[in-house]
Amino acid sequence: MTERTYKVYSITNGTVIDHIPTPLALKVVRILGLGQEGILTIGMGFTSKRLPGGKDIVKIENRVLSRSETDMIALIAPEATINIIKDGAVLEKRRISLPEGVTGILRCPNPNCATQQLGARPDFRLVDPVGPVYRCRFCERATKVDADLLMHATRD
Amino acid sequence: MGSFKGRHIISLRDMSVDDLGTIVEATARVKSGGAADMLRGSTVAVMFFEPSTRTRLSFESAILQSGGRVFGFASPGASSQSKGESFADTIRTVTGYCDAMVIRHPVEGAARLASELATVPVINAGDGANQHPTQTFLDLFTMEEEFGRLDGLKIGMMGDLKYGRTVHSLAMAMAHFGARMTFISPPNLRMPDSAKAELLARGIGFTEVQQPEEAGVDLDVLYITRIQKERFGDPQEYESVAHCYRLTCETVRALGGSVRIMHPLPRVDEIAEEVDTLPNAIYFRQAHNGVPTRQALLGLVTGGLE
Repeated sequence: MTERTYKVYSITNGTVIDHIPTPLALKVVRILGLGQEGILTIGMGFTSKRLPGGKDIVKIENRVLSRSETDMIALIAPEATINIIKDGAVLEKRRISLPEGVTGILRCPNPNCATQQLGARPDFRLVDPVGPVYRCRFCERATKVDADLLMHATRD
Repeated sequence: MGSFKGRHIISLRDMSVDDLGTIVEATARVKSGGAADMLRGSTVAVMFFEPSTRTRLSFESAILQSGGRVFGFASPGASSQSKGESFADTIRTVTGYCDAMVIRHPVEGAARLASELATVPVINAGDGANQHPTQTFLDLFTMEEEFGRLDGLKIGMMGDLKYGRTVHSLAMAMAHFGARMTFISPPNLRMPDSAKAELLARGIGFTEVQQPEEAGVDLDVLYITRIQKERFGDPQEYESVAHCYRLTCETVRALGGSVRIMHPLPRVDEIAEEVDTLPNAIYFRQAHNGVPTRQALLGLVTGGLE
């Protein structure tokens, strides 16, 4: 069997999200609200020196994600790295950092919260980067973020 | 002080030490008779989506004693929510009928949501297990009245420290004033780790014990809370702690005799009636202070009190 020349197609223009710990690629896609527009390539389970459990890669063609968008990835995959590609070359290597505020992406786990009972739009503020821990602006409970709290992303 | 006009009062988290000082000072002026009729010409909606006798009546008394007009409802069955109207629509409608709104709701964050929909100031009169800021303001005023200061007081908080929102808010407020706090509770009703972490993050130390006698003899205030049956999912867990504390005259003496006893009321059996006659017992005065505190707050947010 001949060895494949590539595992994930390279892209000419767009955004590459690398070093996502396996198997969080689909959650990253969800957090960014992607999948409805353009070509999206997802690769999962590559070997990685940096991530012993393996890494996933997401490539988004013809779309440059903003910093506020890519920072959302830090909620579940702070190790991820971002490359912005233009005309086949790396235009920008970007590190991500936790967003101070998160609106409409995380679900508050408190069943008696106004976001669950009265239709308030979820809105969190960063309390502690370790965890990370965010506080709901409505019920004021502090919550350690995990991927199960992700809602389908909505666009402002 | 002009900064209060038009402001929503939702959570202790929004309040600075200067804000708390302003409210305490304004309450003192109101109580000494210096601000009569400050709500004349103002109409206040008092909407209780969950029953509460003491808080609702003290708000209504505060409005009437300040010359304001009051309307509202005392339970959700009396509102059009029973016809299926959303909370948001109720707020959007009633905001056009009044100059300020007082809201109690069993859902945590309801008052915050209301403040985003209303065009008049919203005062949170309790949102589930989250916040009840006006209780904390009247507690602060009562201590200021009693000691002439708030800085550096030694406070014991005893009872249900796990579910009691009153003690969470009070601890958060007293942290502004460098209080020395002792938390007295059975092991399964201890102050939640999240609340303790917030205190530690602000450099406020505390002690945890199980019996009031372990709090030492130099407490300024012993703040007692009811073990709240309605917060327990498991009746057996409630029974295991239900009657674990009962303050008697003997306990007060063991605490050094000059400690002031406070309680947000209602009490069940955690303070023996014999304690009521001691000069240490200030919980009814504390409850009465709810009226001038709420007068002052309404005056500040409507602009009737400068």
